[in-house]
Parts: sequence; structure tokens; C-alpha cells
Amino acid sequence: MSPPVLPLACPLPLDRYPAVTLAHGGGGRLMQRLIGDLFRRAFDDPLLARAHDGATFELAGRVAFTTDTFVVRPLFFPGGDIGRLAVFGTVNDLAMCGARPAYLSAAFVLEEGLAMERLWRVVRSMRAAADEAGVRIVTGDTKVVERGKGDEIFINTAGIGTCPAGVDPHPARVRPGDVVLVSGDVGRHGMAVMAEREGLAFETAIASDLAPLAGLVADLLASGTDVHCLRDPTRGGLAAALHEIAVAAGVRVDLEEPAIPVADDVAGACEVLGLDPLHVACEGRLVACVAAADAARALAALAAHPLGAGAARIGAVAASPTPMLTVRGALGTTRIVELPAGDQLPRIC
Amino acid sequence: MRYQDEYRHPAAVHATTAAIARAATRPWTLMEVCGGQTHAIVRHGLDQLLPPAVTLVHGPGCPVCVTPLELIDAAIAVAARPEVTLCSFGDMLRVPGSRRDLLQVKAEGGDVRVVYSPLDALALARRHPERAVVLFAVGFETTAPAVAMAIHQAATGGVANFSALISHVLVPPALEAILAAPGNRVQGFLAAGHVCTIMGTEEYVPLAARHRVPIVVTGFEPLDVLQGVLLCVRQLEEGRAEVENQYARSVRPAGNEAARAMIRRVFEVVPRAWRGLGEIPQSGLGLRPAYAAHDAVRRFGLAAAPVAEPAECISGLVLQGRRRPAECPAFGTRCTPERPLGAPMVSSEGTCAAYYRYRGGARAS
Repeated sequence: MSPPVLPLACPLPLDRYPAVTLAHGGGGRLMQRLIGDLFRRAFDDPLLARAHDGATFELAGRVAFTTDTFVVRPLFFPGGDIGRLAVFGTVNDLAMCGARPAYLSAAFVLEEGLAMERLWRVVRSMRAAADEAGVRIVTGDTKVVERGKGDEIFINTAGIGTCPAGVDPHPARVRPGDVVLVSGDVGRHGMAVMAEREGLAFETAIASDLAPLAGLVADLLASGTDVHCLRDPTRGGLAAALHEIAVAAGVRVDLEEPAIPVADDVAGACEVLGLDPLHVACEGRLVACVAAADAARALAALAAHPLGAGAARIGAVAASPTPMLTVRGALGTTRIVELPAGDQLPRIC
Repeated sequence: MRYQDEYRHPAAVHATTAAIARAATRPWTLMEVCGGQTHAIVRHGLDQLLPPAVTLVHGPGCPVCVTPLELIDAAIAVAARPEVTLCSFGDMLRVPGSRRDLLQVKAEGGDVRVVYSPLDALALARRHPERAVVLFAVGFETTAPAVAMAIHQAATGGVANFSALISHVLVPPALEAILAAPGNRVQGFLAAGHVCTIMGTEEYVPLAARHRVPIVVTGFEPLDVLQGVLLCVRQLEEGRAEVENQYARSVRPAGNEAARAMIRRVFEVVPRAWRGLGEIPQSGLGLRPAYAAHDAVRRFGLAAAPVAEPAECISGLVLQGRRRPAECPAFGTRCTPERPLGAPMVSSEGTCAAYYRYRGGARAS
């Protein structure tokens, strides 16, 4: 199916309804037009075109199933927007299960007064992202809330994918002696969103790393590596992702700080704002825990893919009576990394 | 990264720690004054690199930590008023008052905003003449010039809806109080580089002479802190008690004269209560009478009745360098960043928060 060429301008007649009204969620003609002319037109999928309560399809083998909700502000940021994030976020969660993403749902909570043109931009971007990631958006929902009760657009996506036989990466498989790899430099997404939201002007605009990771994971699995665990370090960054793995697997994860790739502009912005890049979100990176014997092969497989060009070996897993995450700095001293009490960057994804 | 990597260079750091080890022939106890320095020390593990003869104790230089409970309660009370927009630095939002914190006021519908600069709060007041914009002005000499500038511009520009709740404190009187306290252990100070960037180094000269204590103005990167320690240890070993400037790339002896002039124009020196330390004479800044119209305490009739601290919190002893966080029975158990008993566990510059974050405070629970 070749992607449709979608018009840049919103297809709804804006002279009458330039913005979302409560009637667009009321179940009447306006809602039908919104769904038909905007969502169905953009997503343009035969399963969606059936206009039924749900989508039905065949799936072979083990299935991975996930959901995520997206409330980012601002809606558009360097390197992406909420629509692209909503598609790739769920695609990546499926990929971290080792699955090939196949079908997505998309549910929208729209705030009364949202400019129809902005909604169209987001929906168009979702379609482009779905094509890029090779998934179909086949069912959805729309609700409208009163002005002030939402924040322009909230999007929930759920996704289904199929797992290749014998592939089941999850935290409990992580063992002492495993090696920790990251697919590229960390902290881009969080800094891009924060700089845009707070109007912070840096010399160069930091762009989000937002990207679909299923292809990278497929290449990693195809290399023959026994991948023990995969995680995309989104909210809470590398620290939260590895902290969760340490707790779930009952191990200690020891990172080598000088080995962790952080771009100069991200490191500089973090320094100015007093943030630790280890806690800043990524949206196009993965961490992989693999057996030491597989490390070189896994790193080569990651580095051979465009999204893994900056891959690095950043640490190792050790046995420990208490699960924890430690970081050894360039000076040779070690510190323990705790999860912050709240978000370092509230509401970035 | 330029201007940072050279101050974190492992070979230079290890050469400096080796020089400290050679210089220190007897035990010495030094205090780093500023919370930013405390965090650099704990984050980079600099105390682990020092020879056993040198002990660092952590000072009172966390502005959030020393803001009295009654002022936090006053900020909470004013933020809850429907006509008020309260602007604060981010750190203050989670500091517990006697019953709740500013984040809870915000959740209950109070208009509480985080600002990065006092001038942002003034701009907000200009854009929203219908709102009473109150700046919660917390800090040492470092933040005082920008607060003074905002208040001066409000006064000269006729921004009548802008006022400030002032909780500004001064470093030298706090050092004096620590040195004068019975049982003081501190033999030398690493003074706060950013405070001295504004104020210069001259006001520390009489303090060093009177108490026979070396004071080394010190920066915030690992190499800065260790060079500060080295200069301080050398003075102690040689029996000197002078003011030295390690942070010369930022600090001039006379400080920033324009900033000091703005502070003098808007503020006068007043007695001030410090959380954990009590009232210290001539240790704070208050608005001069000419700017009284922009004083939030006056405008909203805020009473600053003293409030009892949680009995279990030993933050006063921690702020004076007399106890380490781990010596507090509540540390990491009944006092955590999620449920702090005292301010040093909340602020990103607080000593207890630094130990919790980098030394595994959660392990205790």
C-alpha cells in the first residue's frame, strides 16, 4: 500500500469550524465529519474504513501487546511532535518485547478550542510516522473535553506485534556478568522538549532523537545475539531504565560514566540547568543487556544500523544482595544512582 | 566540553590530591560553605580522594535550607489567595511548610509559577496588571542583585502589582556565628565562589584575622574544590590565616561593583532568622523604606509568627557541620526526598539530599 499524499491544509471547512468544539465529540454529524474527513482520511486503512466498533484481523504466533499515553507540551518540538511520539512510543515498547509491530489504535482527547489546523498537522504526522515504522492504525476513538479541562491534545496509542519464535527479552533474564549496551547518545529528547517549552535559547537547537526502533531490534536479533533484556530509556532516562532492570532482576548494574555517550550540546544544556543527562529522556535509543560472550557481536550489529551508529558498551551487571545502579566517574570514584523523587522534567512524554 | 573538562581532568585531579596528601601532616577540618560545592564533592566522590588527615564538613550555603519555616508558611498563605500569582525558584516548591508545601497549594488551584529569573516575575506582572504578582525572593548575595533590579524596575516603572517576599541572607555573618559557637570544629573555610563573584573578597579579611582561620574563595568543579583544599591546608600547615582566591577566573577582590551598588540601593542589612541556626544579627537583607510599597509582608499583612520545627530534624546541626546526614536517625527512613522532615533533604543543594542521592540513602530504608 503506497502512502497517500495528504494535503497540507486541513481538509475540514475551516470557515465554519476553525477549532474543535464540544459538538465534535457529541456523537452527531460534526463528529462523523471529524472522524471521516480527518482521521479516516489521514490513516486511510481498509480496516478503519469499515467504520465498525473495532478492527478484526489474523495474527500468527506469540503476540506482544502494549499501550502508552502522550501528554507532551509543546505539541511540536525540534525533531518531532506529539503525533510522531505517540506512534513511535508504542512501536518502541513493542520492539523492546522483541516483537515486530503490526497494528496500532489511536485515541484522542481533544480540548475544546484546539485549532483544527493543529490537529491536522498532528494527525498527518502520525500517518507519516506509521508508514515509516511499518505499522497500520486500524481503530481509534475521539473525545472532546471543555476548554481548560485538557491541554490541547492527549493521545493514547495501543499496539500489537508478533514475536519471532524463541525471542523473549525481559528483565528477569538479566544475569551477573551481562554487558550493558546503549544504541546512541542519551538525553536528546528531554532537552529538546525542555528547551522548546521553557523558551531556552542555546547556540544550536537540540533536536529530539525520536525514532522507531523495531528495525534496529530486528537487526540485533538477526545477528544471533541472545538478547537478555531490551529497554527504551524514555521518562527518567537511562538511570530509571537501568534502575528498573536492577530491581526486577535482583542485580547491581555498574556503569562507566566516561563510556556513556552524551552529545556536547546536551551535556552543556544539562550543565546550565543543573540536570543529570542520565535522568533525561530519550525516544530513539535502547539499552540492551547481553551475555559478555555476545557483546562484540551485538555492538557490531547495533553500530551497523543508522539508528545505532553511536552505540557503546557502557557497563556490566554484577551479583548483589541489594539491587542498585552505580556509576563510576572519570575520577575513579563511584556513586549510587537513585531515582529522583519526581520528574526532573515534568511532563515530557 | 570546553570550560568544564579542564576542571574535571583526572590526571590534574589526582596530581592535586597527591599534593594535598603531601601537604597535610596533621588532621584538619575544613568547611565548604556553598551547597553547590557540597554537591560537587559528593557527586564526584572528592572526599574519597582526600587523604584521611583532611575532613570536609558541609556548610550552611543552601538558601532553600536556611529559609525559616515561618517564611515558607507565609509564602504558602499568600499563594493560596485568589488574586495572587506566586513566582518562585523551582527548589522552593517542594519544601515543606508546617502543614503543606507550595506544590499542594498549586494542586488546590493556587497560581504558583516557577521562574528562572526575578525579571521574569516582573515581566509577568507587567503582562497581567489584574494579578498581584509576588516573587518569593530566596537566596544569598548571588541572587540578590537580580531581585534588587526587579524591585527597582518595578518601583521606577510603576508596576504596582509586583511585590517580593524577601528572605535574603548574607554569608559572612553565618561564618562568624559558626566560628563563635562553642565546640566549633571548623579550622578553615572554602568560601562560596559565586557569592564572592558579586561581593568580592574584602569582607572576609577581618573574619580571617579575628578568628585566625584561613578562608579560600573556591569554585565548583572538582579541580576547583581540590585546589581550594590544597591552599587551605598549606595555610594551616604554615600557620597562616589569610583570604586567598582560588576562583580568580570569576572573582575579583572588589566583586561586581554594579551588582553591589544595586543591592545597596534597594536593600539594607537587617537581622534575620536562619532555619536551623536561629537569629543572626546583621545577617539578612530587607527592603529599604523607599521600596516598602513592594514589600509583600506589608502589602498582605503577613505575620511571621515563629513555628516549631519537627523535633526529630537535626538540620541545624547538619547546617553547622556538626553532624553528618547519616548520623541522623531519621535519615533515609522517616526523612526522604518524598517525605522530607527538613529542608536539607529537599533542595538540590541540600546536604542530606546530596548524600541520599549519591551515597544510597535509600539503602537505609
